[in-house]
Amino acid sequence: MTVTVYVPRDTTALALGADEVAALIAQAATRRERDIKLVRNGSRGLFWLEPMVEVETAQGRVAYGPVEPDDVAGLVEAGLFDGGAEHPLARGLTDEIPYLKRQQRLTFSRIGITDPLSIDDYRAHRGFAGLEKALTMQSQAIVDEVKGSGLRGRGGAAFPTGIKWQTVHDEPEGRKYIVCNADEGDSGTFADRLAMECDPYMLIEGMTIAGLAVGATQGYIYLRSEYPLAHRVVNEALRRAYAAGYLGNDIRGSGKHFELEVRLGAGAYICGEETSLLDSLEGKRGMVRAKPPLPAIQGLFGRPTVVNNVLSLAAVPFILDRGGQAYADYGMGKSRGTLALQLAGNVKRGGLVELAFGTTLRELMEDFGGGTASERPLRAVQVGGPLCAYLPESQWDLPLDYEAFAEVGAGVGHGGVVMSDDSVDMGEQARFAMEFCSVESCGKCTPCRIGAVRGVEVIDRIRADDDRAANLELLSDLCDTMVAGSLCAMGGMTPFPVQSVLKHFPDDLTRSRGGSPC
Amino acid sequence: MTPSGKRQPQAWTHESLQREVDALKDEPGAMLPILHAIQDRCGYIPEAAVPIIAETLRHTRAEVHGIISFYHHFRSHPVGSHVVQVCRAEACQSVGSRQLEAHVKQQLGVDYHQTSRDNEFTLEPVYCLGNCACGPSIRVDDEIHGRVTAEKFDRLVDRLTTSILEVQ
Repeated sequence: MTVTVYVPRDTTALALGADEVAALIAQAATRRERDIKLVRNGSRGLFWLEPMVEVETAQGRVAYGPVEPDDVAGLVEAGLFDGGAEHPLARGLTDEIPYLKRQQRLTFSRIGITDPLSIDDYRAHRGFAGLEKALTMQSQAIVDEVKGSGLRGRGGAAFPTGIKWQTVHDEPEGRKYIVCNADEGDSGTFADRLAMECDPYMLIEGMTIAGLAVGATQGYIYLRSEYPLAHRVVNEALRRAYAAGYLGNDIRGSGKHFELEVRLGAGAYICGEETSLLDSLEGKRGMVRAKPPLPAIQGLFGRPTVVNNVLSLAAVPFILDRGGQAYADYGMGKSRGTLALQLAGNVKRGGLVELAFGTTLRELMEDFGGGTASERPLRAVQVGGPLCAYLPESQWDLPLDYEAFAEVGAGVGHGGVVMSDDSVDMGEQARFAMEFCSVESCGKCTPCRIGAVRGVEVIDRIRADDDRAANLELLSDLCDTMVAGSLCAMGGMTPFPVQSVLKHFPDDLTRSRGGSPC
Repeated sequence: MTPSGKRQPQAWTHESLQREVDALKDEPGAMLPILHAIQDRCGYIPEAAVPIIAETLRHTRAEVHGIISFYHHFRSHPVGSHVVQVCRAEACQSVGSRQLEAHVKQQLGVDYHQTSRDNEFTLEPVYCLGNCACGPSIRVDDEIHGRVTAEKFDRLVDRLTTSILEVQ
């Protein structure tokens, strides 16, 4: 009997040797004359178990991990092809692994289960059900469903998605665009990458529904060049979606039309900002535009444009399939639905955790993450990317909710959680925040362009104990100026991590370094 | 579809550059696709491409140059046989990327944006490869490597330089 064996092939699994593991498993099967079907599935996002090999059994899929090439022979010996449990890497039934079982996966319900490029697999797991429904609906009804879900943009700014769509919908007919912001540049975030590499049709479906909702017939996925595998997977998925009639003219015989294309970025963090992204798509330097006009009114090539993050668009198929209310039933307060949390940095069990809003950071880092990988005490956590605050222990019991985080000057951002143990030098991290901004600023406005450079210099002087009191005051002033005077979030938020260090970890900034330059 | 690794750069002529530009010039927002196509083919964007792009897309040379220099991905000079990118972002820092960075520079004998003397490796910084739960991460050509230690990096370099010799 043929046994199905799964070996993931997302970037992280591959980065940890999944290809070699897959090849060795195939060889072992041949040697033992076992008839296996090797499926290269997506990752379930349990990165601490990657490469995580699964075997289909009568009881369900059983997992083994993390499997290194050297482990394959022993695993096969221990009955891998029969789902044998007598091996230290055996994890039992995949669905019963607590890290997975305790999640609430709405958007990521298929990842790791299916072959990412198989349209049959996608359909077998309710794929395209949302689109089929949308094809029968009036555009306003689609917008209303998304409004009813309470979905807010998952890219960081958390603007209500339905309102944005309504604005574009209400613009006069004519050329309109759907642009997916797939420039996931924040350190600690990989959920967009996972979605694109492991369930690409979900994004294609979400964008097509968006097109139907607002009357756009052209979409662009603006993908960062740092994601070569996602680029190949999405391009192949697009090719197959066109061939199967899910894109192009007359989608599934509905008479509706939507074209979709991937455009590769070129390594500029600022292009994650929506107006810079539009400039970049138009073929210019990715410079920030002043708002208004909003992109919803004058966006790509001057036309009304929906710009949404990957995960915002990826949430849409579920919302259309099950109804906006089903999505809104998850969450707390004004934060509805689920958040894709990404446990990263110095963490024992890193990976993707999709949960309804409202979990505390501590639960996430301890119950899911299992603490630091180094097993040293956890000291600081940066949630929401390089422009967000570092949180000290006193803030780890905050519920993950946009408003609760905003109240303490922190951000949920894109849901990235970067943990650092007590060996971290927070003075160095503050300096890095300014340095990063000086490298990545688009340069359009002065507070950001010059402020970041001066920020590095002032921090260096503070750390060298050069007129420390005056320079601390200067740093504080500089941060205020950047927050108040910058054109976009790059300059406006770069001070947040710096201010959080000034407030919560001041000793690291002023600890004497013997006057030596940093 | 596993990472394809290194694409061999091809020699270019004025005509081949013009062909790359012409193939894409009618796309909306053609500039980035054109620059990608040229860099994919040549390994960098030759100075000679600038006037061709400028003329075809009706830009000034200064504008084209400004766009190329704005994006970290685009290079104006040829690179070594392999491009090594070390992730400098926070998640990797928290698991020792700063030490790895120092090791890589020492091992290759270059700083960022430089190419090793034997022309084997060009070193570049990168801010996030999306492998943040399994850092420190590096990218070598189109392959990403996770949980990279100094020893693991050395083995990787050995493997890359050895396989080059075998080819010759």
